[in-house]
Amino acid sequence: MFQILNTFLIGITSGSIYALMAISMVLVWRSTRVVNFAQAGMALLSTYFGYEVVNRFDSYWLALPVAMISGAVVAAFIELVFMRVLLKHSNSGPIASIAPIIATLGLLGLIKAFIGFFWGNQDVNIESPLSTVGFSIGTQTLSLSPMKLLILIAVSMLLLVLTFVFQKTNIGLALRASAYAPEISRLAGIKVDLVRTFGWALAGAAGGAAGMLQTANGNGALSPDSLEFSLLLAFGFIAAVIGGLDSLLGAVFGALLLGLVLAFVLTYVGGSLVFITAFVLLLVVLIVRPAGLISQKAGRRA
Amino acid sequence: MHLMSTNNAALHVERVNVSFGGLRALHDVYLEVGKNEVVGLIGPNGAGKTTLFNALCGLVTPDSGEFYLNGKKSDFPKPHELVDLGIARTLQGVGLFGDLTVLENVMIGAQKFSRSGLISAGLGLNTRDEKQLKERAMHYLENVYASKLADRRANTLSYPDTKRVAIARALVSEPKILMLDEPAGGLGPQDIEWMNLLIRNLTAQMSVLIVEHHMDVIMTVCSKLYVLNFGEVIASGSAESVRRDPAVIAAYLGTGA
Repeated sequence: MFQILNTFLIGITSGSIYALMAISMVLVWRSTRVVNFAQAGMALLSTYFGYEVVNRFDSYWLALPVAMISGAVVAAFIELVFMRVLLKHSNSGPIASIAPIIATLGLLGLIKAFIGFFWGNQDVNIESPLSTVGFSIGTQTLSLSPMKLLILIAVSMLLLVLTFVFQKTNIGLALRASAYAPEISRLAGIKVDLVRTFGWALAGAAGGAAGMLQTANGNGALSPDSLEFSLLLAFGFIAAVIGGLDSLLGAVFGALLLGLVLAFVLTYVGGSLVFITAFVLLLVVLIVRPAGLISQKAGRRA
Repeated sequence: MHLMSTNNAALHVERVNVSFGGLRALHDVYLEVGKNEVVGLIGPNGAGKTTLFNALCGLVTPDSGEFYLNGKKSDFPKPHELVDLGIARTLQGVGLFGDLTVLENVMIGAQKFSRSGLISAGLGLNTRDEKQLKERAMHYLENVYASKLADRRANTLSYPDTKRVAIARALVSEPKILMLDEPAGGLGPQDIEWMNLLIRNLTAQMSVLIVEHHMDVIMTVCSKLYVLNFGEVIASGSAESVRRDPAVIAAYLGTGA
């Protein structure tokens, strides 16, 4: 019984970090119809900025918002000076659907090389700001530490803010409209290009938060070739696909589901099957319900 | 090249040419919409009416042509510039955002009145701005008798209601020139009567350019008509004179002039 509860807690915590990553994939997909494999690199780079802050000011609490803001700036920069030009020049012909994907893979490599150049290839460390030792009930230890609690609270708050921006603000309305029908949105006076940059910036901020939280939750090590970030990308992507790529709610749902499934496989089946499970889940969803488990109705046409 | 056109028409185009591949869709087309005037654009299917509309609002780039707004020559506008130029357009397929509410759909048309920057908007710091946009949108929904639909999702509306909402979304940007693409298409007699009345009332504030198949609508609301056939203007003038024009009759009856 206690083991089930602990497995559940592990699943929810890792799932909520995947959710941030999945959301950043969805935001980019919705605003520019690009599957952004560079997201891992962007999150890694913002986490390095966070590391710089921790290093100089010894404050994780300052580093977290700095990582998010730098993530937003990096993402907006990439969209503005790189993706916008690329999408304009390869918007037709057989290359149109594949060029952006290859480009984001190239960007991923570029960002990693950039990090290696500035920070070196050795591990650097971000220490967890809170204890990672679980609370105890009697003689038992819960898989819920102060750090994990912080993750759950931080992710919930970010999701609330994002929901508010999307549902209640003017820019959120413009984001939803541009994703749905960019041409009509332009006719109606929405500055679609600006809205796209904003979508990327939001995605970058979410990625920065995911990177900072994941690093502090794990062993704290950070390197350009961090396996942790590659997995974060893979799991975030799988979660986004499970949710349907187009839906923020779907992304959160997919991420929590993925987190839980992997946690239970890890506890009850064995660690060696975790990756196999994740990718089998991805393939099954793509074959059975390619539009995702929570699929929005068809309707992106004018 | 003279910078002023010979008149001060709200909208005035000359020698517009559009071709798709080898196909010539518009050939030396001209059009003039006076201030506070309702102008109709008619012609058989495939005559180029929608192509001309698309050229006027930047969805199609003309090969050549001159574009004058209030007598001032400028380039043909890009889609996102229209609203700031005081031009609003409804689409033949209505083009509402099905997943959004009616009110949200209309608010989208009011974006140019939003004064807040991206950052403050993103942080939700501009609730006053949101409220003003909402009130503005509501006002125009009332104008088209659709205020009680405000909270409905657009994809749950009846067809005549989607037309009302589409017009409210165009009006909310407070245009000087309103372009209506088949506003009466698919409407019943009662809704058509309402549409006629609305269009006439609009002329107090703006000029209207209409593409329409319903001849009774055209004859009721338009003070001037242009007839397109095979991408060329074959007749223009008052509704009465155009109706009697032999070239027009031939084009519509297909008897060859």
